Amino acid sequence: MSTEALAEPPKNYEVRPKSSGQFEDDMGELLEVSMGPHHPSTHGVFRMDVVLDGERVVKLKPVFGYLHRNHEKIGEGASYLASMPYTDRLDYFCSMTNNWAYALSVEKLAGLQVPERAEYIRVITAELTRLVNHTCLMGFLVQDMGALGTPLMYAFREREKILDLFESLSGARMMCNYMRFGGCRCDLPTGWLEQAQKVVDEYPRFLDEYERLLMGNEILMARSQNVGVLPKELAVSAGITGPMLRASGVNYDIRKVDKYGIYDRFTFRVPLGDHGDVYDRLMVRLLEMRESLGILQQALKSIPDGPVVDPRAKLRGFKPKAGEAYGRIEAPKGELGFYLISDGSPNPYRYRVRPPSFVNLTVLEDMCLGHTVADVVIILGSVDIVLGEVDR
Amino acid sequence: MLGEGILKGMVETARNFAGSYVSKDRLTTVEYPEERIAPKENARQFPFLVFDGNDPMAGLRCVACQICEKECPPKCIYIEKSKDKKPDFVGKMQFYPATFDIDVSVCMSCQICVEVCPFDAIKMDQEYELSNDDRFGGLLLNKTRLAKSNEYYGKMHPQEAGAIDESRLKTKEAAEAKVKADAEAKVKAAAEAKAKEAQPPTAPPNKGA
Amino acid sequence: MKDLESIKQQIEAGVAGAQVSLVPNDSPANQPSLLVDAAHGLAVATFLRDEAELRFDYCSNVTGVDWMETEQKTKVKQVFDGEEKEVEQVVKMPGYLEAVYHLYSMELRHGPLVIRLRTKNRTDEVELPSLTPVWRSCEFQEREIYDLYGIVFAGHPDLRRILMWDEFKDHPMRKDYVEPDDYEYEPTPHDEVLAKSKAHYPAEVKP
Repeated sequence: MSTEALAEPPKNYEVRPKSSGQFEDDMGELLEVSMGPHHPSTHGVFRMDVVLDGERVVKLKPVFGYLHRNHEKIGEGASYLASMPYTDRLDYFCSMTNNWAYALSVEKLAGLQVPERAEYIRVITAELTRLVNHTCLMGFLVQDMGALGTPLMYAFREREKILDLFESLSGARMMCNYMRFGGCRCDLPTGWLEQAQKVVDEYPRFLDEYERLLMGNEILMARSQNVGVLPKELAVSAGITGPMLRASGVNYDIRKVDKYGIYDRFTFRVPLGDHGDVYDRLMVRLLEMRESLGILQQALKSIPDGPVVDPRAKLRGFKPKAGEAYGRIEAPKGELGFYLISDGSPNPYRYRVRPPSFVNLTVLEDMCLGHTVADVVIILGSVDIVLGEVDR
Repeated sequence: MLGEGILKGMVETARNFAGSYVSKDRLTTVEYPEERIAPKENARQFPFLVFDGNDPMAGLRCVACQICEKECPPKCIYIEKSKDKKPDFVGKMQFYPATFDIDVSVCMSCQICVEVCPFDAIKMDQEYELSNDDRFGGLLLNKTRLAKSNEYYGKMHPQEAGAIDESRLKTKEAAEAKVKADAEAKVKAAAEAKAKEAQPPTAPPNKGA
Repeated sequence: MKDLESIKQQIEAGVAGAQVSLVPNDSPANQPSLLVDAAHGLAVATFLRDEAELRFDYCSNVTGVDWMETEQKTKVKQVFDGEEKEVEQVVKMPGYLEAVYHLYSMELRHGPLVIRLRTKNRTDEVELPSLTPVWRSCEFQEREIYDLYGIVFAGHPDLRRILMWDEFKDHPMRKDYVEPDDYEYEPTPHDEVLAKSKAHYPAEVKP
């Protein structure tokens, strides 16, 4: 990283958005670059209009919508159940948590109860999803920094073990479509818990290995420390959630705050960062994975027997009473919320997704100002976006 | 020491490299066309229609109720009801699908059709090598291409198929018993009617149902 | 968190002239909301953020909702020539666009507080105050509402389309939005798309 960036920190620490086009007067000396939409570092079809002064970023506007399919309009035209498989495609790394967030909102709307065993299954699958997401993200981010291949392949190797678990549980590796309103679609197959236990027992070994491989690496530290600093006040005001918020030192984890599902039964800590830079975001995710493993160990030991779906929940002809509900969970990327308005018909009147990576992009410009183009790539990587969710 | 972290990382890479020769955990790839991993029991690809017996078209369980067509999120199922009816496995007259098409280029393998089907007529297949050079026609599966036997399904999901077969057998037996009972009752009623008609009885009541 | 009635009173005491009313919510979720008049929207939002007891420092979700014109039929008794008759009267309720904000407090860890702002109608008076100066998280979400619903947020620093392309004309999330015949030529068998595409590309599609 450049030492100048350290000496001259980004200027816009005040909590207020900048107006566009403030540099247009002296455009002659600046260079405008369009990064993306087809660029390996943008994690999908995502474009950034970057204005450069030499190699420094003076203005950056994210441009997206290339993957826009109006998920919300589709949701309003489909029945409640038919939207469930579409939620898999929002953040296609974390279909289980997407399912859960949607199911949670509908359960709030219709007043359904979830049986004990289903709650445990949900926690187990959600925490496994968190492992998948964070493991992959670390691989991608390191790849963005130039460590081509090796760390990403190690991450994918571990991810595959969890995806195998998902496949034997739900039938699909990524598009699980597993949760239903008032429970889960089917019970665990025989031997699944033992397999999951094995994966969970072996995972810390991989995390240790990964930590030895990467986190002490001088190049990685030089590239990521003090890069893309996100101050606490801005993070709160901009509605940043998830590991990014906690890396800035704000102790806010919806699993602790809302205690949705049965998260109040497990003991786990919320890792917090000090500086809010890219390195902190990496480290917070690594520590979060260790806490997830702790939750998994507790949940796998204490999962009870019983039904997995509320007997009152109907599959066909599901019509909740008129009203509205907002349900949210702590998805791996941040707060994933579903806002539903029912008018008593089989389709929701309003179906809204509050995507974490979309809102987290708000501060991309603030974090990138004053840094070089190479830093923009890793700052974007540390935001952890998935374009299926940003564009919807 | 500067470079210590890099060296440590290199040691990890070397360990993984060497380990990939001895440990299956470190080398998980499979050389695909030559070597295949057996699909998991729950794995799902695209739906197919189950038929009983030997004749695929006569034995289709589907009664063209069109619930799956309605519930399908991407609307990839297209059903046309038949004009006439044919007896189903219990002997009840039912419609059958004159056309049953699934556009697998649209299908997203969500399994909702399977969940909502009250007749166990549509199930998920595990066949995954479906690449085709005809983009539209080749991926539009019609009734004949969709129909697969109950034995095929039983091989994929032995427990599930067994349970379904058992419950179907029970329904069938119950229905047969009911038919039998009905017939007997009819005979009895007819006999009684006859007996009433011709008093005293001269001819034995032999014209039952 | 305090109950909605006392928050409402607190707002009315804290912000001069603000008109706040309670919107009930019958569903089991029990998340009633506060309807704030558009003229005082910004002041109320600032009050909610800065008041020490409330401290709603985190605006989680911003949504648009489109409420179409509705017709309410009521039976009214009227006297015609000394005879009382029941006459059906059709009252047209005007439609409006609505922006819904879900607020939480990260500091005091409570929420959600749902506030709603309504436009005067759905066609020409669709302006609402932008709350982006209060919560930065509204920046992209209000742009999205502007894009998909057509609510114009006064005071937004960078109000452009965000998901649709800049040249796009309509607002696709509105309930009366009519899809164009086809965005792209993509015939699927057994679909009305096929019929539409035949109309568009008669030479390309074989009968």
